[in-house]
Amino acid sequence: MSSRERILGRVRRALADVRQDDTPYEQAIERSYVREHGERSAEQTVDLLAGNLADYRAIVHRCATDELAAMIAGLLAGRGAQTVLVPSGLDGDWLAAVDAERVPDRAESTPHELDRVDSVVTACAVAVAETGTIVLDGSPDQGRRRITLVPDHHICVVRIPDQVVSSVPQALERLDPARPLTWISGPSATSDIELDRVEGVHGPRTLEVVLVHGPG
Amino acid sequence: MSGTYLGMPAFPPPPPPAFPEAARDAVHDQTLRGNLRHATHTIRAKRARAVAEVSDWAALREAGMRIKDHTLRHLDRYLVQLEESVTAAGGTVHWAVDADEANRIVAGLVKATGETEVVKVKSMATQEIGLNEALEAEGIRAYETDLAELIVQLGRDRPSHILVPAIHRNRGEIRDIFRQEMGEWGRPAPEGLTDTPAELAEAARLHLREKFLRAKVGVSGANFMVAETGTLVVVESEGNGRMCLTLPETLISVVGIEKILPTWQDLEVFLQTLPRSSTAERMNPYTSMWTGTTDEDGPRTFHLVLLDNGRTDTLADEVGRQALRCIRCSACLNVCPVYERAGGHAYGSVYPGPIGAILSPQLRGIASEIDASLPYASSLCGACYEVCPVAIDIPEVLVHLRERVVEGGRTTREGNKVVLRPAKGHAAERAAMRAARWAFTHPGALRTGQRLASRTRRFHPRTLPGPGRAWSGTRDLPPVPAEPFRDWWQRTHDGRDRGE
Ligand code: SF4
Repeated sequence: MSSRERILGRVRRALADVRQDDTPYEQAIERSYVREHGERSAEQTVDLLAGNLADYRAIVHRCATDELAAMIAGLLAGRGAQTVLVPSGLDGDWLAAVDAERVPDRAESTPHELDRVDSVVTACAVAVAETGTIVLDGSPDQGRRRITLVPDHHICVVRIPDQVVSSVPQALERLDPARPLTWISGPSATSDIELDRVEGVHGPRTLEVVLVHGPG
Repeated sequence: MSGTYLGMPAFPPPPPPAFPEAARDAVHDQTLRGNLRHATHTIRAKRARAVAEVSDWAALREAGMRIKDHTLRHLDRYLVQLEESVTAAGGTVHWAVDADEANRIVAGLVKATGETEVVKVKSMATQEIGLNEALEAEGIRAYETDLAELIVQLGRDRPSHILVPAIHRNRGEIRDIFRQEMGEWGRPAPEGLTDTPAELAEAARLHLREKFLRAKVGVSGANFMVAETGTLVVVESEGNGRMCLTLPETLISVVGIEKILPTWQDLEVFLQTLPRSSTAERMNPYTSMWTGTTDEDGPRTFHLVLLDNGRTDTLADEVGRQALRCIRCSACLNVCPVYERAGGHAYGSVYPGPIGAILSPQLRGIASEIDASLPYASSLCGACYEVCPVAIDIPEVLVHLRERVVEGGRTTREGNKVVLRPAKGHAAERAAMRAARWAFTHPGALRTGQRLASRTRRFHPRTLPGPGRAWSGTRDLPPVPAEPFRDWWQRTHDGRDRGE
């Protein structure tokens, strides 16, 4: 007998008390929890996102679409970034004013090569106000998962208000499980030493989120 | 097969002492007690605030319990569905009856890649099966990459907490371990390393980075597996998980069969309750979700090893099976007065605290002294049940297991129905009695006594249901009065710590 058959057999024998007509999934799970906490206007939801991002030490900026190129160029210059990783589908206008050398997101780049790049700029799939979270789904304007992991500085652009949802349940509704997803809530952190929170262990130590409004 | 192995570090493992003996050392270790007390109290207060922020906590907890219960009641169906989804998404599914088989599978997969080292993200399941030691025996070095696990590994130590495995170490001890040991494993600690947490974290970042960048094989567990989509979820803080899950060419995930959720939507419950219960955050810094493999993004090869190792035996117990709802948040450890005094190591397995006291004796059986004594490592104050995000009635299971230790009876071991003999007069019973006395005579273990609600009083040994009643009336076990525990203690013992 294979281990698969053995385990499934054990499970079935262990569940001898469960009747054939046991309550089906739809009725067994009562979902009396709320879809979102509180009532907010779209504007208030964006404010909540900004507040919660900042609370977990992300640096939040706001600007209009036509100011975005200057904003990104300023942030990169402010850090002295010499090189910046660029996902293949990133809107070209966003980097129009950038001096730093552009490094394309390529399959053949090694982790060591990525480690030498200073910054990365991406879009996002959705942002969650209640938890201060941005979610990346590997779309062409966000790139492979590793490009937002290895460089030490990540600039993430969120289109407001349409990319912002209130809650975790609403975010899951918008996401495609078939894509590789990364949920990011502030820069990496650890509390392993006497429960003191220290920002920046292995992921980017600086996370800047740009909330951009206006016609895309 | 030689019983279910729950991961102790030495290889082969020595039998752990019974709970009260192991706890006694901890109680006399002032540093350990100070570290533990500070840590558990800090996180306890933070968690309460994080939970209070969410108006529908009770409803989320109820839904979490129901989802898990439903899944367990139809586990065979969901396992098969998960296997189909993962396979369709490009993954390969393996089944492991016990720790030995899981270790053999993983070692074989690593060898097939030709590599001799792997990077690991913290996982209870791989600790449970003693994977690192098994790989070492096959000439494969496993690097722990979670900061706390690194501290434990470099210190040749054992984890003492589910979430913060090095909770028993203070910053000075950590600096000493880094200075002395990092060089042995790779990049040494920077010159003049001090004990500030930021510097220690930076030292770990530098030490591990070279390992991440060259790693070809990653090993992980998972917090959740979604049957309908085949998606696995890892919840973490530091980014070491993302490194292990995305940089290597091959990813091997070892996951207990109880970690399944039926649908994608079910994640909406646990992604709200887990971070708040464990790290007391609205959301943890990083959560990774992957479904099989993705072209040109992340590992090209993905293996999922589904682990039984005593879980089906636990499932066969209608009272005890609720322990399989556990999402390993560790909230029950942080509120447990016995854990706070005894420390994580006293529980003799990778699962410490209240959840360990009900999980280990079910996964491993109650033949050994440690496992027979664990159900007694509690004052049944009920605080663990109150904080549990999936509403596991730990006191109920503890009492159920106590009865089994004393009365014997029907149970399931390695898939077979067996009848246990009562422990009466055996070493196991004596160990159990000592554990009970230990838990009941430590005032530190009674501090949350005022929480003692009438609903938990029915679980106290004095009112053991059925045949247990007769037993508890004639044995040397301190009775539990109806008045609040602490008042009782003050009245009858003048608050003195008799110790053991
Ligand atoms: S038993 Fe409940 S509180 Fe304890 S670790 Fe498991 S889920 Fe968390």
